[in-house]
Formats: sequence, C-alpha cells, structure tokens
Amino acid sequence: MPERPPKVIVTKIGFDGHDRGSRVVAASLRDAGMEVVYTPPWQDIAAVVKLATEEDAEVIGISSLATDHLLVPKLMAALRAAGLGEVQVVVGGIVPAKDERELLEAGVARVFHPGAALEDIAAEVRSLAAKSRAMKERAFP
Amino acid sequence: MTEFEAAERRWREAFDASSGAGKRLANRSGIEVQPLYTARDWPGEGAPEAAFPGEYPYTRGIYASMHRGRSWTQRQLIGLGTPEDYNARLREILAHGASAISLIPCNSVYRGYDADEAPVELLGTCGTVVNTVEDMDRAFRDVPLERISCGMNDPSPFTLQALLLAVAKRRGIAWTRLTGTSNQSDCLSHFVANHMFFRLELAGARRVLADHIAFCNERAPGWNPLSVVGQHMQQAGATPAEAMAFTLCSAVQYAGDCLERGMDPDRFLPRFTYFFDISISFFEEIAKFRAGRRIWAKLARERLGAKDPKSWRFKFHAQTSGADLTRQQPLNNIARVTAQAMAGIFGGLQSLHTDGYDEAFSTPTAEAARIAVATQNILREEARLTDVIDPLGGSHYLEALTDRMQERIEAIIARIDAAGGMYQAVRQGLVQRMIGESAAAFQRSVERGEQPVVGVNAYTAEEDPDAYRSLDYPERARMEAHVARVREYKAARSNDAARKGLDALARAAQGKENVMAAVVEAAEAGATHGEICAALRRELGFGQPLIVV
Repeated sequence: MPERPPKVIVTKIGFDGHDRGSRVVAASLRDAGMEVVYTPPWQDIAAVVKLATEEDAEVIGISSLATDHLLVPKLMAALRAAGLGEVQVVVGGIVPAKDERELLEAGVARVFHPGAALEDIAAEVRSLAAKSRAMKERAFP
Repeated sequence: MTEFEAAERRWREAFDASSGAGKRLANRSGIEVQPLYTARDWPGEGAPEAAFPGEYPYTRGIYASMHRGRSWTQRQLIGLGTPEDYNARLREILAHGASAISLIPCNSVYRGYDADEAPVELLGTCGTVVNTVEDMDRAFRDVPLERISCGMNDPSPFTLQALLLAVAKRRGIAWTRLTGTSNQSDCLSHFVANHMFFRLELAGARRVLADHIAFCNERAPGWNPLSVVGQHMQQAGATPAEAMAFTLCSAVQYAGDCLERGMDPDRFLPRFTYFFDISISFFEEIAKFRAGRRIWAKLARERLGAKDPKSWRFKFHAQTSGADLTRQQPLNNIARVTAQAMAGIFGGLQSLHTDGYDEAFSTPTAEAARIAVATQNILREEARLTDVIDPLGGSHYLEALTDRMQERIEAIIARIDAAGGMYQAVRQGLVQRMIGESAAAFQRSVERGEQPVVGVNAYTAEEDPDAYRSLDYPERARMEAHVARVREYKAARSNDAARKGLDALARAAQGKENVMAAVVEAAEAGATHGEICAALRRELGFGQPLIVV
C-alpha cells in the first residue's frame, strides 16, 4: 500500500490578510504531493485546533506578515491542551529574531523567513510530517 | 538601402556575432525587451501637445511644472501603539517640516474591532489603536487639523474619517477646510488582494463607497474619498501591467456607480486618486506610470464623459515594493529602495513612500525610517533628478516600452470588460487567478535562478545575526491600560445617544439614505469604531473575500 501523503494545514491567525506567501507555499506543497488544507486568513485559535483534529493534520503552517505570530504560543498551548502535541507547527513570514527565539521555546518546529526556497520548505514539512506520524504511532500503537 | 538601414545592418551583424547576444529577455509584464531601440521603434509623440506635460494625454506628466515646480509629497506611513504614541511621532515629523501625514491603524481596527474585542498581544504592534472620538482627539492633540493633509488608512465604512470629522467639529474647524485622502477605500482591491481591509460584503462595501464619494463631494470637498489601489494587487503578485489594468478597471467601475446616481463626472473624478507599487523593474515601472496616465485620460474623457481636464489627470501616490526587499543582507535594501524610488520619480508620481530597509523582518525602526526619507531628499536635492521634467521622455527604449505597456494594459482591460467589468471579474475569480498565476510564475523564476535576487539566490553570504535589529512592540501594560480606557469610554458616554446613532445607521443601511452621513452622525453621537462596523456588518454582511488557490 502506498504511503499516505503528508497532511498539512496552511492558515493565518489574528487580523492580517496578506496571503501571497501562504497561497504560494500551499500551492507548492500541493505540487510536491502533499495533502494541503488551506483556509482564509483570520482563523481563531480554537478553529485551527478543531480543524487539526478533524483533518488529522500532521503539520500546521502559520503565515504571519504583521505580528500575528505573537499569538502562536497560545496556539501551541491550545494544541497541547487538546492532546495534539504531536502536530508539528511551522511559522513563515516576517518574524523578528527575538520573536523567533520565543516561538521555538514555545514548541514551534521551525520559522521560515523571506527568501526561504519552496523546495526547502517542502523538504522540512515532509520530514516534520513523518516525525508527527511516528510520534502518534508511538502514542497509539 | 538608406544609410540608417546600412548602419543598422552592420550593428545587427556585429551584435549577433558577440557572445550571449541571442538570449531573449522579457520584463515582468511579459513584454520582450530588445537589445537596442532606435528611432525606428518610436515614431514620436504624434499630436504636438502630447510632447508637453500638463497636456492631454499627459504621458509626460499631469502638471505643466511637475517636480521642477514643486516636489512630490513625502508621505511616510506612521502609526504604532496608543493614540499618545502616535501623537508624539506625528508632532516629531511635523516639527521636521512635514505637512502630509498618514495614520496607520492597528490591524484590529482594520478588521473592524475595538481594542476590548481583540487579543492584547496584537494591539498596537502594526498600527495605532484608535476606536473612539477621544482616541482621535488624543492622536491629533495640538495638531492643526486644517493645516495638514492626512492619508487616512480607513476602509469602508470610513469610521476613522468620521471620528476625525467629529473632532474637527468639536474644535470648531469647518469640514470644508480639511484635506486628506481615504487611502483604503478601494473595496475591490480588498476582495481580491489585501483582504485585511475587507470588512463588509462586496455589494454593501460598493454601496457605502458611492455614498462616501457623494458625502465627501458635498460636505468635505477637500477630501479625496477614493484611492484606487493597484499596490495591493501588485504586492499580491500581479505583474505591473496587470496591476495598472485592474486599477483602471476598478476606477471605471466606481465612476460608473457614481454616474448611475446621476452625479456629474467633473465633480467626482477630480477627487479620484490612485496608489501604486513601484517594483525594482526600473524601466518597466516608469513605462507603467506613463502608459497608465495616458489610458486614464482617454477613459475619463471618452468613456466617462468628463470634460474638465482635472478629471483626466491621473494623480497617484506610490510606495516602493516591500515584496522586492530581502531579509538577507538587509542593508542592500537601501539600494533597492533607491532604484524603486527613482523609477517612481521618473514615472511622474505626486506622492511617495519609501520603505525602510528592515521591512523584511520588522516594522521599520527609527533609523530605517530616517534613511528612507533621506533617500528621497538625496535623489531630489543631491542627484537632482527633478531639474528636468520627464527627463527620460524621448528615450527610444522608454517611449517604445510605454507604447508596448499601453497595449498590454489595454488588452487586459479588454479581458476584464469582456467578463462584464471589474465587479463581475472578481466575483468569478478571474482577477484572483491571474494574480495567483503571476505570483507563482515569478516565484518559479526566482527559484530557477532566472531572476537573480542578490543575497537570496545570487551572491549569497553567511548571515550576520546582528543585522536584524527590530522595533520594540508597545509595552503590554500600556496597551492594557488603553483597553481599560476604551471600556471606560463606553461606560461613561451617553449610551442612549450612541444607540440612537447606531439605530439610525442601521436604518440608513436598510433604506436608501446616505450611509456615510449616518456613520458620521453615529460617531458624533459617541458610537465607537467597532460598534459602527458591527452595526453595518449586521445589515450589509461580513466581508468574506473570494480566495482562489
């Protein structure tokens, strides 16, 4: 049986609506053979957690161009509280260095900055999806 | 064979024999660029008056004196933190001689909420939190409202302008003395591209905009109620030709709505303004602006029936493209912004914002903002780009490219017209698909290395972690205190008056009254920004953009 493709949510939380980056990344992950769930911007944290549960997502990509990443630590806590600690979260966009450190401490797997190559993003997401799957299989063998 | 043809043949043979000469080049709009342009490629201006700025069709500029007479307006975007933070920054730039200012509200404001409805983490991090007439008064404390021109980043239903009008009335300043622009009034561009500003459903936003134009024409005639924004679409990935075409189609659509109400084109068109992106594709951008001016003049005159030359003039603000800036080797962005700004200046802009070099990783720091303004001053006063009007006019290349861009833009306009105009085209997702395809194609060209980006896919270097100083966010405790103040305002005002104002607003939205007039009255009655947005969302629908991936 062929392996299931990685399952990725590409979304934006908070108030910003700049979505060029999230659209380009979503399309490229899809072209790379992944299953991508794309949402409009302005999702609230509860909605993202619900979607991650329903879709059985392995990776959540948050695009942040205008400080919405400041809400990501809350998202990480909400995912853990919902028992979705194995879901890997990546953030892409305009993230100042000091904020990046905070995000990584909060459990974000990776922050992508402007100029990141789509190929590299796809490779990283693929490997994080595999990690998430492995964690889940260990938890629910 | 003429001597010209013989010389041309000799050049062609020598050129073809040289290495690398066979490579085909195209600009971002897909126009093939030849290695050389001669008199053969540009037959001249045609009509004698077309050789002059201030004359139809304004290829060389909309005013007779252009930048030789008066500099473009330097209008930098400002706004962070509390109204007091904004006021301090505003007074600082006014003290340095600025008269053209801007107000960038917090993203929570953009989405139509008051501070007490938003996560405090985000408040004031990208713009100023202004919700109440008291906030607006604090933001403009000790600032003579009648002596500044304010670029208000204020989407439909224009609550910030309403709060400003309320403050003006309190201070005894007639609305007819206020000047400024509603910078985020173009709901079509928000439906398609910068969705943050899309608060009301498209049909409602469209109606409120027409009401707003009529209201300003009558009650605040010095205010520009409309800025049609090609910038959002180009930042979202549209090519320069697409962005210009979509902007012109949107302007025609809005003008059509005003004409349908029986408004006189020569009353409202002189107050239409435009806002564009300037990418680093230097000659293409200059040609985009020259071609756009020409097409608008013809559209306004022939299609919209305007007779006053003021209606034919294509007045635009432009901002250097943030999408071209890189996080890698960030000081390189100063060079990029310089090239972009030069293209805008040679393109004949009326107003310019230059980006901070740190845009790819921070809201601009004070140093970056200072360099951005200095770049404009250096280009004007040291490099002396403005000594001569339209100094690149008559260049075989630029003139031929202006013609080619015009053809390309007109072809896209014809496609949108065939779809039934801009409203229909965006409802069908046609514009969104075109932008998405162009964004993806550009990204592919960067990733394949066809489009070099210094520091990203070419001339890369080890990153210097010290290069990334970023702006501090406002202190959380101060934002929390501001939220408390907004709550206190709501508790202390006459709720009865505010409620009546909001009820009248709802009735206006249900009927045929001017909604903008009712927005202003609600603001004067003490209703807040978030309450006005909520009332109209109940009546006209919550804006949900059509997103095509």
